[in-house]
Amino acid sequence: MTTPAATTATSAPSAPATTTTAGRLLALGRTEATLLLRNRTALFMAVAMPVVMMVSLKGILDQQAETTPNLDLHANLVNGVAGLILLFVVYYNLTTAYVARRGELVLKRLRTGEARDLEILAGTALPSVVLGLLECGLVGAVGAAKLDLPGPVNPLLMAAGVLLGTGLLIALAAATSSFTKSVETAGITTLPLLLLAQLGSGLLLPLETMPDGLATACRLLPTTPAFQLIRLGWFGTDGSGAPTDFLGSWLEALPHLGLGLIWLAAAVWAARRWFHWEPRR
Amino acid sequence: MKDTSHSGPAVEAVDLHRRYGPTGPGGFDAVRGLDLTVRRGELFALLGTNGAGKTSTMELLEGLAAPTGGQVRVLGLDPHRERAAVRPRIGIMLQEGGFPGDLTVAETCRGWAGLTSGARPVGEALGLVGLGDRAGVRVKQLSGGERRRLDLAVALLGRPQVLFLDEPSTGLDPEARAAVWRLVRALREDGTTVLLTTHYLEEAEELADRLAIMHAGRIAATGTVSEVIAGRPARIVFELPERCGPYEAIGLPALPAAEIAAEGRRITVRTPQLQADLTELLGWAAHHGVALGGLEARSATLEEAFLAIAAEAAATPETIGSPR
Repeated sequence: MTTPAATTATSAPSAPATTTTAGRLLALGRTEATLLLRNRTALFMAVAMPVVMMVSLKGILDQQAETTPNLDLHANLVNGVAGLILLFVVYYNLTTAYVARRGELVLKRLRTGEARDLEILAGTALPSVVLGLLECGLVGAVGAAKLDLPGPVNPLLMAAGVLLGTGLLIALAAATSSFTKSVETAGITTLPLLLLAQLGSGLLLPLETMPDGLATACRLLPTTPAFQLIRLGWFGTDGSGAPTDFLGSWLEALPHLGLGLIWLAAAVWAARRWFHWEPRR
Repeated sequence: MKDTSHSGPAVEAVDLHRRYGPTGPGGFDAVRGLDLTVRRGELFALLGTNGAGKTSTMELLEGLAAPTGGQVRVLGLDPHRERAAVRPRIGIMLQEGGFPGDLTVAETCRGWAGLTSGARPVGEALGLVGLGDRAGVRVKQLSGGERRRLDLAVALLGRPQVLFLDEPSTGLDPEARAAVWRLVRALREDGTTVLLTTHYLEEAEELADRLAIMHAGRIAATGTVSEVIAGRPARIVFELPERCGPYEAIGLPALPAAEIAAEGRRITVRTPQLQADLTELLGWAAHHGVALGGLEARSATLEEAFLAIAAEAAATPETIGSPR
């Protein structure tokens, strides 16, 4: 070991005098991205799952199209894949990341530094969110080209849906991680929301193929508003009525936006209520 | 050069309280009215029995938690409410690491450098703790001692004015411990204030300018080593030869200031006046031709002071509950 005096005298400081929120988020995100790339299981889940899901979803929708004559196959496919990506890449992946970092006491150690609590959570989420959004963009672009889809009716609503869904799923991942003891059990603790969202939020089963009462109930689920907004923004309808134009889509979007914000607030509340920074003893 | 904005003590706690759980019997008071002052540039050791509340106290001083009652000042600021101003000026090493096993040593330091104002270059920080040649190794492949040194390197990244070390040498082999001691001493000579907790009394004796012994959430004794052991009785121990018969039967000299305990033929004398009583005792032995077996006489040590405080404490019934 050398003495601190000897080294401080000779070396000039190479780091900025003070850190910033952006710099801290970037540092946390970079570390987390390195860890994601080193974790084969997580990486496979995050990259390969959406492709697998897309293929099986196509099969499911083709079957449903036979029994439901007016089903908009393409709208449901694009919407479903985007939703599945957000669920697996953001929600599932991030839940395991929070659980792993908590278990290794990384979160506790990070709180001794300059990063604020919210920055630690957001920085850890950064790689999952960036990867999820990239995949959504890729699927949207490739899907539009291959399926010859029209351009989005209201891109702002699509963006609102993606943002709302991402925020909701980050908060839900934080909340879920609090009830998850180990990375191995994350598959179980994330299952309820994953199933509910896939079956009830119009991803695997389009809401328009459901009986009216069930469809109405499904529209009230936490993840439904965000996913419906994405679809509405692109195609001008959530499937329950005739397509609208840019202005009309705003009116259709209002209930989804309102309900989505309520669920977002509830999820943030739950995360704040239950999130803990070190393992329970 | 270290700091000009504030000239008070580096760390100051007044009537500090920390309670876990609800009020009433369901909760537990880990810190119960603790007062503590660490001066600028001082190396201060916080000692205590297991569960005395050392870590609970450190967390309050570091600003990781808000006290239930009382006040903490670090460099004149509230470390919890004003943490954005305090954190860039302090360094913290917890009892257990907290670094992902899949990152290398250098990656870990680089990540932390991005979270640390005015961070040292990574190579310099690793050099300080002697991990320069381990930069490319994954954290999970490090030995316990190496991990502890990485932890110290991260705490030192921001050239802290005040350094909090929670059991810095636990789990280190003697050589690594000596190296950590050298480093901590060098930091202190450089003007860094160091507050450390330790189980090892010799560590406190060796390093600390001042120390405090904690018990049951309070400071039971504080000062320099000699201040803490002052007033503690010295000890004379010896064994009477068999021919003397039982202790009660023989006429030991009267030592009015001492407290004498016998365990079979083994006698322990505790006295505030070691030299006088020892002279008296040796005179008596010479006069009667008694050979005192295993004779031992020594002034009070920190260990004795510590054990006496722990024993006094064990007699107090208020140490209930399971502290962290």
